[in-house]
Amino acid sequence: MRLTKAGLAGLAIAGLVLTGCTTDSPGADDQAEPGDQATDQEWFVQADYDRELAQRSITPEGDADQPWLQAIEPDWVDTSGFLNEEGDATVCFSNASVSNPWRVTGWITMQQQVEVLQDSGDIGEFRVSDAADNDNQQISDIQAFVDAGDCDVIIISPSTTATLTPAVQTACDSGVPVVVFDRGVNTDCAVTFIHPIGGYAYGADGAEFLVENLEPGSKVLALRILPGVDVLENRWAAAQQIFNGSELEILGNEFTEGDGAKIKDIVTQYLERGDVDGIWMDAGDGAVAALEAFEDFGVDYPVMVGEDELSFMRKWKETGITAIAPVYSNFQWRTPILAAMDILAGEQVPAEWVLPQSPITSADLDEYLERNADMPSLHYAKFGGEDLPGFPDAWQNR
Amino acid sequence: MTSGSGISARLRTITERVLSGSATVFVLLGLIVVVISVLNPRFLDPTSLMLFIKKAAPLVLLAIGQYFVIVSGEFDLSVGSLVGAQVVIAALLINGVESATVPVILGMFVGGALIGLVNGLITTLLKVPSIITTLGMMLVLYGAIRWLTGGAPTGALSENFRVLGRQGIDDVPFIGQIPWALLIMVALGIGAGYLMRSAWGRTLIAVGDNERAATFAGARVWWVKTTAFVLSSVLATAAGILLGGYAGVTAQVGQGLEFTAITAVVLGGVVLGGGRGWVVAAMAGALTVEALFRLFTQLNLPSTIRPTAQGLIIIAAVAYAAVDRARRQRTSTAIGTPRHSDVAS
Repeated sequence: MRLTKAGLAGLAIAGLVLTGCTTDSPGADDQAEPGDQATDQEWFVQADYDRELAQRSITPEGDADQPWLQAIEPDWVDTSGFLNEEGDATVCFSNASVSNPWRVTGWITMQQQVEVLQDSGDIGEFRVSDAADNDNQQISDIQAFVDAGDCDVIIISPSTTATLTPAVQTACDSGVPVVVFDRGVNTDCAVTFIHPIGGYAYGADGAEFLVENLEPGSKVLALRILPGVDVLENRWAAAQQIFNGSELEILGNEFTEGDGAKIKDIVTQYLERGDVDGIWMDAGDGAVAALEAFEDFGVDYPVMVGEDELSFMRKWKETGITAIAPVYSNFQWRTPILAAMDILAGEQVPAEWVLPQSPITSADLDEYLERNADMPSLHYAKFGGEDLPGFPDAWQNR
Repeated sequence: MTSGSGISARLRTITERVLSGSATVFVLLGLIVVVISVLNPRFLDPTSLMLFIKKAAPLVLLAIGQYFVIVSGEFDLSVGSLVGAQVVIAALLINGVESATVPVILGMFVGGALIGLVNGLITTLLKVPSIITTLGMMLVLYGAIRWLTGGAPTGALSENFRVLGRQGIDDVPFIGQIPWALLIMVALGIGAGYLMRSAWGRTLIAVGDNERAATFAGARVWWVKTTAFVLSSVLATAAGILLGGYAGVTAQVGQGLEFTAITAVVLGGVVLGGGRGWVVAAMAGALTVEALFRLFTQLNLPSTIRPTAQGLIIIAAVAYAAVDRARRQRTSTAIGTPRHSDVAS
């Protein structure tokens, strides 16, 4: 009796553990080999990589004080067919989720932008559904907007690329103008697709900084959130491409789920085995925990790649480390609302609206810290909402 | 009874326990430590070991709490969410203000105890299976954090809050730093050991072994089980304080810890369904799980395959312990009474 009971229990627990941890997608396994610096072809498209890296040095069109309205090499499309002179538009927004601080920050900015336009009478109702990272939920959310039939414009922030494509297509087919932003879909039926330059540029910014600031032969540890997420895989693919052409030694790449405790533990383990001179991260969540591992181990700080999250930037300032904060422009959350207004006014918008995306360096660290002095630690410096009437309270009291 | 024979009797009990159903976990832990230290001799440096303990201590506390609940025949799935909720709410309330630290910590313990009380009373008085009660509580807490923070934590923990999880007694000869986490872990471990030898502990095991018999024997089943849930939640609160101290507040803190804690307890030879198991072995189970994570990093095992490897090792260990236990039972029955097969043939 005991044999079967305990055996079953073991199986049950192992099952729980397995299902609990398997967010992994197959195909990404081979990346985890340390020293194996071959770029994974699945997530690497040379043409996209080249284009994104080149876009970093192109001056975008538009007012530099309003980066959320700037566009890199825009290809303008006519939207006069969508002209809506009534005002009081019903704007429908299908959000993938607000499950991380980056999305929360952007979501607040978007709501503040909507409030301004509601006060001016341009937007009547702002209807929102949050899919909580669930593809099926988002598909039915979009369908519900289409079925309701009274949306004047549908804004979609897709949770995943392939699965959401048919839903976005359905929204387009309903005749309502569709605006897609952040992650893309495999159809160009939307009037405009808004996004910052992209993951390759993000990954390359950090990797290039390490190559420039470390002696040849230095050792770099890569910390990653999850495998199988395209925006994150692109960042790592670009970094691998840069590291391949350098003389840096990549000690390994580890998945952390952005969990501070895991990050600190993993960095500590690498320090036990030897020196770590630089850290590359595919997202800045928990960058402070990585630096604390060096403090608690009693060794010098590494050259650090973080993100424009304030907890990291404040730690950067406090410790005076050599660091860079790649930016995945959070101000892109304002753009879809303004793009929707342009479309309903019959004005031209870029078919692919590529927003500028430039890292924060030691040169502008102080400036961004000052601009965000009253902001909470999990806020993103380039959120681009300083001129909205709700600033700063709306971002402080989340 | 002389004190000498008392000690030797106690030693004998401990040896018997280590050699019985709980043996697998100690063997496995030893094995993993040996492999890690062969791969990386620096692991056995006192400094490295202390850093390992700092990381492992929160899970050890969770395993003690989960042990109380499991040995009484129940589950507590709410501890991961509880740890997350405690850390996130603490960051929100403290927001970097040092003077708020102590009141907030006291509030966390009160809140934790209340959650445990609710878990326990719903399970015992309303007769809702604990796997459902605590699953519900896990979702309630998870949703509450999301609602309260709008999806991402705000605020910051104070330096004082982080002392317990991050600092220790510095400048100790040979060792360097003795983490507060180690001292807390040892103290709570000893406390748990004594508690299990008390009348309450014996009743807890009796209830887990055979609830009906325990009821007939006059045990207040609802009370014993409810206190087990309260202890589990209070220990989860302590684990949250150590974890928040160790690494600060991130959106993911606590996620999935309930399953890691149950895994640790089962690895420690504690039988799901209750009535069997040793709390020290459950603690060793927690250390084993943490050591296993460490081993995978040392082996450079691809991150993606680690859950699979972890699952296989756990199945193997628990199956081995079960087979071993069954063999012992057969041997003992063979000496005493005729086996069923003998009678039947």
